[in-house]
Amino acid sequence: MKVHEFQAKEILKGYGVPVPKGRVAGTPEEARRIAEEIGAKRVVVKAQIHAGGRGKGGGVWVVDDPAAVEKAAREILGMTLVTPQTGPGGKVVQRVLVEEGMAISEELYLGVVIDRSKASPVIMASREGGVEIERVAAEAPEKIVREWVNPAIGLRPFQCNKIGYGLKLDPVQVGKMRGVVTGLYQAFVEKDCLLAEINPLVITKGGEFLALDAKMNFDDNGLFRHKEIAALRDLSEEDPLEIEASKYNLNYIKLDGNVGCMVNGAGLAMATMDLIKVAGAEPANFLDVGGGATVEMVKNGFRIILSDPSVKAMLINIFGGILRCDTLAKGVVEAVKEVNVNVPVVVRLEGTNVEEGRRILSTSGLRFTVADGMKQAGEKVVEVLRTGSR
Amino acid sequence: MTGPPFEGSADLALGAELRILTRGGLMSILIDEKTRVVVQGITGNEGLFHTRQMVEYGTKVVAGVTPGKGGQKIDDIPVFNTVAEAVRASGATASAIFVPPAFAADAILEAADSDLSIIVCLTEGIPTMDMVKVRHYLKEKDSKLIGPNNPGLISPGKCKIGVMAGYIHRQGPVGVISRSGTLTYEVVDQLSKRGIGQSTCIGIGGDQIIGLDFVDLLKLFEEDFETEAVILIGEIGGTAEEEAARYIQDHVKKRVVAFIAGLTAPPGRRMGHAGAIIAGGKGTATEKMEALNRAGVRVVKNPALVGEEMARVLSR
Repeated sequence: MKVHEFQAKEILKGYGVPVPKGRVAGTPEEARRIAEEIGAKRVVVKAQIHAGGRGKGGGVWVVDDPAAVEKAAREILGMTLVTPQTGPGGKVVQRVLVEEGMAISEELYLGVVIDRSKASPVIMASREGGVEIERVAAEAPEKIVREWVNPAIGLRPFQCNKIGYGLKLDPVQVGKMRGVVTGLYQAFVEKDCLLAEINPLVITKGGEFLALDAKMNFDDNGLFRHKEIAALRDLSEEDPLEIEASKYNLNYIKLDGNVGCMVNGAGLAMATMDLIKVAGAEPANFLDVGGGATVEMVKNGFRIILSDPSVKAMLINIFGGILRCDTLAKGVVEAVKEVNVNVPVVVRLEGTNVEEGRRILSTSGLRFTVADGMKQAGEKVVEVLRTGSR
Repeated sequence: MTGPPFEGSADLALGAELRILTRGGLMSILIDEKTRVVVQGITGNEGLFHTRQMVEYGTKVVAGVTPGKGGQKIDDIPVFNTVAEAVRASGATASAIFVPPAFAADAILEAADSDLSIIVCLTEGIPTMDMVKVRHYLKEKDSKLIGPNNPGLISPGKCKIGVMAGYIHRQGPVGVISRSGTLTYEVVDQLSKRGIGQSTCIGIGGDQIIGLDFVDLLKLFEEDFETEAVILIGEIGGTAEEEAARYIQDHVKKRVVAFIAGLTAPPGRRMGHAGAIIAGGKGTATEKMEALNRAGVRVVKNPALVGEEMARVLSR
């Protein structure tokens, strides 16, 4: 789960990481009041959306007086901000962060992620801040210092020294940075993060360390023990169909193609998308109805797939194991009663109770094409897409 | 239920010889007819259902554990309060864990504390940080962890610890290693329908932090006399497939066929499995396919053709 910059900064502040003075605003007037409160000469107004690269899309303004803050906030609030990370549709900005502007002498990078192959959190730091760390890793990997932490004993002071002196900071700076590294790591572990990043971590002209931007992604599997984090979920950042699907415990991701697919199991669902592509069409979605799917879930999955107007054909690919084919078929029958199915449907059923499943489907009134095996499923879906036949 | 060994096996004579040497069927890896299983969480819905399925398949389930329910019996299986008691009383060598996510990491630690040699954790949704701690604890132990968030493993005709349907499998010369569940059933079905059996099929799990990985299992299959060839089913996210490719290049003589799911997956999205995500442009299916190709692995792009490709490889 992602959160906004202002929320990440709020969390990090609780762990002793210094952040600029400021607050979030929902209206231009509120933005102006915050600027007056801060009382700084220079103020930064930043659009709060989950995607990065906001500056490039005109979502970050640096201004010199409270009146200008109000004007900037008026420009940003309500705009559809398009950045390299939002996709061409962009995101509508609903809040801005109003912060004290800083005189910066240097921009660093500091982040924590899980190193999957070492099964450890790894801290990464670099003096090349303000750019994507992936780019630094690709172009100048020697400029990144990495330190792996043993979760049983936690981050040790010597490791902070290795990071600080590894970046060739002076002893005073190393001392100041230690607090930032410790706070960030602590937040990462205690809040079950998958990513915690300060980019840039700036050194001000006055020699202080400050988190100028912050990003935190949380482990969905850890949210049950962090109700306060789960409450930060921003539904306006998510696709409406995906929100609808999540209400029924369906794992649905909208894509750009025109073949809707309903599959059990994440791996098979991805493979089915690939199958559609190899056969010469494009998948419209990822949908895993899961092993424990009920008739209700299948029905809603079917409905959600068809409510995407770009879907021109549908492929149901089920390898029944825990999910029985007759359960799936009953769900489809229920869905057909409520939803007008106006695209051709190809059905491939295999596994537990497959005969019963096929029988139920054939009495459903739904006109569909039966595929025997995945190979045929791919061929038939392309065929019905071309001819439009049902 | 047990199919005959693969007819076209070139090593059939050698296999027959080994059957005498091992005094049982052909070999397999990790689990066989001698494996004695304790089920942690045996009194829960999932645990109970799959315990019965495993017993029906022929797995020796010798004990169950649910704290507070010691002294009860599930069918004829005695239930204990702790794994330590269960192991002392039953001589269990392996564990199957059907415990909810919040308590699953503790269940793995408990199984390792009792030095069970195989620990299979089926639970989906364990916090990543819990698994980080588990992996560090396991460094000091000889226990092998399979999973979590996986269908388990099966040596057809001998033993199944997991939730896969037994009947789609048959005994034979192909080892299967996969990050997925139903996709593995699909591939196994493609093999079995062509008369190609499996030595052992292992779901290694869809999470970011898992126990045994491709490399660990490739090593075991390379040493296993029954296994002639291996199918590797990977997916987007992480670098496990790239590490497997490097290992295959240097250490694996047996033939390997691979499929990588997620060629059409968008970057930055978690595709159902916690570990299936292209992050910072890394972990794409294309990168993984290229790495495996360079290592001499037959990479199949169409998931419908994996069985066909394996038949071709075995006939050569």
